[in-house]
Amino acid sequence: MNEQEIIIRFTDVSKIYPLPAGDVVALDHVSLDIRAGEFLAIMGPSGSGKSTLLNLIGCLDTPTSGELYIKGKEIGSLSDDELTRLRRDHIGFIFQQFNLIPLLNVLENVEFPHLLKERRGGCTDACMEILRAVGLEDELLTHTPAELSGGQQQRVAIARALVNDPEILLADEPTGNLDTKTGTGIMELLATMNRRGKTIIMVTHDPRIAEYARRRIQIVDGRIV
Amino acid sequence: MTFFSFALRNLRRHPARSLLSTLGIIIGVFAIASLGVMGNSINLLAAGLIADVGDTVVITPHTALGDVGIVGDPRTVVAATIPETDVERIRRAAGGYLTVPVVEGAAELTAGNEGGYALVIGLDYADIPPLLELSEGNYLRPGSRSCLVGVYLAREYDLRSGSRIGIDGETAPVAGVLEERGFAFDINPDYAVVVTKERFFEMFPEKAGYNYVVIRVTDPEAIEGVKASVENLMNRRDDIVDIVDSREILRQVNEIYATMGRFLLGIGAISLVIAGVSILNVMIISVTERIREIGVMRSIGALRREIMLLFLYEALILGLAGSLIGGAFSFIGGYFISVAALQVFTAGTTFGEGATVFDSLSIAYILFAMGFGVTTSMAAGLYPAWQASRMTPIEALRG
Repeated sequence: MNEQEIIIRFTDVSKIYPLPAGDVVALDHVSLDIRAGEFLAIMGPSGSGKSTLLNLIGCLDTPTSGELYIKGKEIGSLSDDELTRLRRDHIGFIFQQFNLIPLLNVLENVEFPHLLKERRGGCTDACMEILRAVGLEDELLTHTPAELSGGQQQRVAIARALVNDPEILLADEPTGNLDTKTGTGIMELLATMNRRGKTIIMVTHDPRIAEYARRRIQIVDGRIV
Repeated sequence: MTFFSFALRNLRRHPARSLLSTLGIIIGVFAIASLGVMGNSINLLAAGLIADVGDTVVITPHTALGDVGIVGDPRTVVAATIPETDVERIRRAAGGYLTVPVVEGAAELTAGNEGGYALVIGLDYADIPPLLELSEGNYLRPGSRSCLVGVYLAREYDLRSGSRIGIDGETAPVAGVLEERGFAFDINPDYAVVVTKERFFEMFPEKAGYNYVVIRVTDPEAIEGVKASVENLMNRRDDIVDIVDSREILRQVNEIYATMGRFLLGIGAISLVIAGVSILNVMIISVTERIREIGVMRSIGALRREIMLLFLYEALILGLAGSLIGGAFSFIGGYFISVAALQVFTAGTTFGEGATVFDSLSIAYILFAMGFGVTTSMAAGLYPAWQASRMTPIEALRG
């Protein structure tokens, strides 16, 4: 992958949430380039706009003004279905709450995005390789998320994020619900994925976690400082 | 793993809830199908009872249904008759179609040691063969003092041709037993004694005139003409007679049955709608509970229509399961309800014996009810499914 390619570009992006008590400016004229293969940590206090930034990159939301290009596409002009396909095929999500689907077992949770993309089930060789790469033992595969520890659940979530082989991984406080030792394991895993070429954008307020990133930005009151 | 099996698992997650909403559909489908089947069976039976009456015009004295007392008041019925002269005028108006004046009265009947009251019908000996069929024995000859007995009377008193019965104390030989005729609009001889009219007037000397006149119009096209000419001749100044024809009565009866059928179907439909509301409720709860899960699925790449499909599948599974079980119950239950209804409607007769409970229309009713059940479920699932698919991923993820 070309290290120079700009995979995400914010050009003067603002995000304003209209509320009855007055508009809330979550992002205030942000411009930012992120290159393929970067490991970026977005830091800042609560309410600073860092989650909004991540949601925009994740195509879960669109800018109020300005332009946001993801893989060359201006997401403000895309339909809901196009945004969904962009998430499905090019972006992997890792949440603080893990957000596995409780009804599905480990294997099915990992297969799910693949099913959405390919319209058929079944764990391919690539999928099995991913499960091994994130360090999940085979006997766990038929367990439901409720039967797993937090660290195991987050590994499943990372496997799920990787299964469609996306270029971009988004992690929102990936270690926020884990103890330090388990969190370290998860961060090592993310660092490994970054070395294998994934662009990782991570939101955290923990400086030690941010150490794993190769580039860090601070957001305060919706502006990059 | 497909969306369908995913939906199935979601339903299994709350077995009691799923079971209850399925139960609602089962009851609704069962109600609509079995009530439809029952209505249809009654219709079939009615058609079977009435079909062989043919095209008959019955002329009754106007007062029998009119001015004095309430409808069916026995005094008015007994009092009113059609005199011989009017019968002749009717006969002329009938234009060559068989015109049969009928007299009726009640008499005390004795057979062996048993006895009771029975209807006595007086007819011209020549009019009997075209109107009534014999199951055994012979018709009455001119001037005969014998009688014919209806099938139920014969059965009750164990009579056959050659038996003797007492009518108001006078002994009369039984010449023959009549075929079962059923509910007719003209003559109902099944529980009656038929004698010649000369014999009848001997037994009831106070009787002057006839109770009603029957015209057998063999050509259905001519019925309206015959009715009009009788009306012109008899009712020019005052209403002297009432004129009805069997087809008109049949139409009215069919209308009553059709209305009853619609009413029964309506009750079934209401219960299905209630079942639909319960599915709606279950689905809305299901969507509300799983908002976060929907958000996760949306963020990892599930399209709006896929989320919608997932919830529609759930409604479809509930509706399909309920309809299939309800349909199966309807086959069984509809059968028993129909049999019970037939027994009530045909108590004491043999008409129920040959009646079919399931014809193609009954099966159509069951299929219709099942289809309606599935449709109701899908309709009930539509709104929650749409609601689920409409949420933005961020809203949904926040729960």
